[in-house]
Amino acid sequence: MSGIYNDPIGHWVVVVVAIAILLFVVLTATAYTVWFERVALGHIQRRPGPNRVGPWGLMQLAADGVKLAFKESFVPAKTERTLFVVAPCIAVAAAFLAWAVIPIGLWYNVQYWIADINVGVLLVFALSSLNVYAIVIGGWASNNKYSLLGGLRSAAQLISYEMALGLALVPTFMIVGSLRLRDIVEYTVTWGPYHGPIPLILLTPIGFVIYLIAAVAETNRAPFDLPEAEQELIGGFLTEYSGLKFVMYYLAEYVNMITVSALAALLFFGGWYLWFVPPVLAFLLKIVLFLFLYIWLRGTFPRLRYDMLMRLGWKVLLPLAIVNVIVTGTILVASQG
Amino acid sequence: MADDEKTTDARPEHPTPLRGPDEGIPAHPKGKVPGVGADIAALATGLKTTLGEFFSPQVTLEYPEDKSPRSERYRGRHYLRRYENGLERCIGCELCAAACPVGCILVIAAENTEENRVSPGERYAKTYEINMLRCIFCGYCEDACPVQAIVLGPEYELSDTSREKFIYTKEKLLEPLPPDVQARLQSKAKET
Repeated sequence: MSGIYNDPIGHWVVVVVAIAILLFVVLTATAYTVWFERVALGHIQRRPGPNRVGPWGLMQLAADGVKLAFKESFVPAKTERTLFVVAPCIAVAAAFLAWAVIPIGLWYNVQYWIADINVGVLLVFALSSLNVYAIVIGGWASNNKYSLLGGLRSAAQLISYEMALGLALVPTFMIVGSLRLRDIVEYTVTWGPYHGPIPLILLTPIGFVIYLIAAVAETNRAPFDLPEAEQELIGGFLTEYSGLKFVMYYLAEYVNMITVSALAALLFFGGWYLWFVPPVLAFLLKIVLFLFLYIWLRGTFPRLRYDMLMRLGWKVLLPLAIVNVIVTGTILVASQG
Repeated sequence: MADDEKTTDARPEHPTPLRGPDEGIPAHPKGKVPGVGADIAALATGLKTTLGEFFSPQVTLEYPEDKSPRSERYRGRHYLRRYENGLERCIGCELCAAACPVGCILVIAAENTEENRVSPGERYAKTYEINMLRCIFCGYCEDACPVQAIVLGPEYELSDTSREKFIYTKEKLLEPLPPDVQARLQSKAKET
């Protein structure tokens, strides 16, 4: 099986098939993430959530999708038409592109991912920062004060938290010595009798906490969903979007949510390693647990006020991340002589 | 102009401010200032609460399948009752129509004859119609009826497809009562 990767044509065939499968899987997973979120939020509020369409409401998203697809593709007057249409496309494209480098697992020596590049994490972050363009451009092109405010908030929020997010992972890279996601997952230690991969959270617990908070802010999820903030900004940058363009933003949000969950599993919880559980299943299980965590947070915490959000980002998370880097570096240098 | 000034003066005085202009910011209440640990504990308490709710039984009644229990005195759609020998109770007195605050009841009475005896009294209701779109389900008709001919039953799902179908005619109103309403009326009759 591994021979096919080295053959140039075979490689392309594998990649194209993998892209097709991954698109299908991620789209389906996104649909069921939405279902999962609605059911979980429902249970937190002691109601059943969607349960009418299909068994346990599993076809709810198909129904919603059909409804949204048949809606009029409305563009308000005096908008910047091209940008108004391009902005949601950027969101979706960036969200899906990140999945090109996320390793899903290694099972019987078959790689379940598309590209195994050596700066995988950097690419994911580069693409997730593209999301801010989608939101800012969409907010500006809508020619609506609420959209513009939502877009500006989003820009400030993403820039603030991107720094903490990046710095939170630096200790991981310092310990592993690689930005390749596969290397990070397969990082092995020899601790007395134990030799094998470990969940890196054991070495970088503070990094994980910062990552967790910053990732929620990065994906614009509650309690950091200020760009949408329906109570004060109607829908923020989403105000003027409807039909399929709205779906694209929505889809991007949920794909990003799965992406940051997957990254958390890869960077801190040993990716596809979990005792005897088959690799891909173990990875999925970890992603689902993280998704539940995000939904749980959304069901629990009220939205932060804007100045609180900035204070948390710049005065707490960023200094903490820098101290974390310095301390980890010192310990590394000290332990390696 | 002078009148205008008067009206401004007549305005209610501004409520006493909580803090006067020269009082300054009050001192921070003395005592332990909650630290980071307390904040995190508060977050954990919140998460624990929602997780507890997640695993608690749901309170939703899934309506078309489950229905919430109704009081036995619930005022839903109307029924016209019969005596046990099959004669109609209604004697066409029109007291219900008179009591109705919205005037949704139409009764046209006719004389009973020896060949055609519909009710035990002198007269009976030849036409008895209730406009359910107008009815406010107050139950005054039931109170007004001297022979307990009209009662309000428990049904509340009365939606239909055309306005005409909401004019309930005598045939529809004479449908047999649900057993629980019958039981209630019998117990009420025993009391009085």
